Amino acid sequence: MTALHSIHRGIPLSIEGIRKAFGEREVLKGIDLHIPAGQFVAVVGRSGCGKSTLLRLLAGLDAPSGGALLAGKGALAAVRDDTRLMFQDSRLLPWKRVIDNVGLGLSGDWKPKAREALAAVGLAERAQEWPAALSGGQKQRVALARALIHQPRLLLLDEPLGALDALTRIEMQQLIERLWQQHGFTVLLVTHDVAEAVAIADRVILIEDGEIGLDLTVDLPRPRQRGSARLASLEAEVLNRVLALPPLPPQPEPLSPLPTQLRWAL
Amino acid sequence: MSTQTLHNIGRRLAPWALPVALLAIWQGAVVAGWLSTRILPAPSAVVEAGWSLLASGEIWTHLAISGQRAAIGFAIGGGLGLLLGFITGLSNWGERFLDSSVQMIRNVPHLALIPLVILWFGIDEAAKIFLVALGTLFPIYLNTYHGIRNVDPALVEMARSYGLKGFSLFWQVILPGALPSILVGVRFALGFMWLTLIVAETISASSGIGYLAMNAREFLQTDVVVLAILLYAVLGKLADVAARLLERLWLRWHPAYQAKAGVQ
Repeated sequence: MTALHSIHRGIPLSIEGIRKAFGEREVLKGIDLHIPAGQFVAVVGRSGCGKSTLLRLLAGLDAPSGGALLAGKGALAAVRDDTRLMFQDSRLLPWKRVIDNVGLGLSGDWKPKAREALAAVGLAERAQEWPAALSGGQKQRVALARALIHQPRLLLLDEPLGALDALTRIEMQQLIERLWQQHGFTVLLVTHDVAEAVAIADRVILIEDGEIGLDLTVDLPRPRQRGSARLASLEAEVLNRVLALPPLPPQPEPLSPLPTQLRWAL
Repeated sequence: MSTQTLHNIGRRLAPWALPVALLAIWQGAVVAGWLSTRILPAPSAVVEAGWSLLASGEIWTHLAISGQRAAIGFAIGGGLGLLLGFITGLSNWGERFLDSSVQMIRNVPHLALIPLVILWFGIDEAAKIFLVALGTLFPIYLNTYHGIRNVDPALVEMARSYGLKGFSLFWQVILPGALPSILVGVRFALGFMWLTLIVAETISASSGIGYLAMNAREFLQTDVVVLAILLYAVLGKLADVAARLLERLWLRWHPAYQAKAGVQ
């Protein structure tokens, strides 16, 4: 009954030598990553770097070509019911009312829980409306409620805020952060927005060319002050890394970005 | 205030002005003897014919038998079309096995089969029901198949990741997603249903509206012929209204079908 208020331990995640190839093209070339339970991890990278592919593998939507995905000691596939994915587009069923979308896949007396989940994202009074009547940000909040009602121990977010306007984004980031602190699940957020990544996550992973290029711990107290100098310098650190090439030892002048972009464009 | 009301009434009546004027001219032309009743009866004669058929109760027998043929044929043809559409829409194997055969049969104009159908079933009820079923099967089949294939794969993927599979996936995601297309098929099929029935009944029948018209033709009762044509028009309109009601009911979620956004 008080599902949304109980504390659930997140899933500790081990990604061991994960590879994924689509035909000839190798998208992920052996990713090794260990994420302790309850950590908020942001994955950044250029488009096509394989970050969304990694998330789809974790969600079980695609099968890896090699390597293992572990939740603690067991296989991640065994705790599929504890894993929920939020997509870039909300993917609400347009023919179900908001509350029925939140209760998708549930049986028994789920309505009180659904109302509670909607209240947690601030949309309790929109329960009986059709999704078509909601704005983009509201749809994503419903999608978040739909994910949270399953009490996930691992929440996968695939650029869920990418299509929202700047103010709505910040609101959603704060909402996700608050719910994460409340429930203690493990979060993997894929984003192309480095500022968002450093502002919200404990740890930022940069994927480049199908490999982990940077693993940066963001050791700042919460709530974090947006636009603070510390966040800005972290953001610059990641961005410099994205725009420059391989392990550049401290070099005052970054290379002209053009050749590197060409390389990444492959 | 009152000019406003008058204006409103005028706007309401405007669409009816032309039909009423045409009817009046028609009536006048027949009364004046410019138009032979052999070619067209006076509108008043059609009303009289309708009234006498109504009074004798004969019209109800014909309406009931025609309605019954239409309904049974539609249920059989539509049901089969829906079933085949589900099979080919949901399974790749079913599509490979069935679709090209169904498409081949679809390209045969079903009314061209009438001589063969008469040989098979005589001029019995079965012949008419068979033709109606054949006429309604393909529009529903095509639109069901098309509707299922066009369900947003992103929604299906999402639903699967939320644990839906098998029947609940079909019932909650695939069928509602295909429903707008299926209902388009239903409206097409209703049109074909009356068209087929009109042809089938005028060729061979001993009851029904088509029989009413053909029988009246033998006795040069043009008023009854026109009445039968009007009856078909009314029945067709009723079927269309029923289909629209279904759309309003089942597609409430769709912005295009919500009452306030509707064209009417």
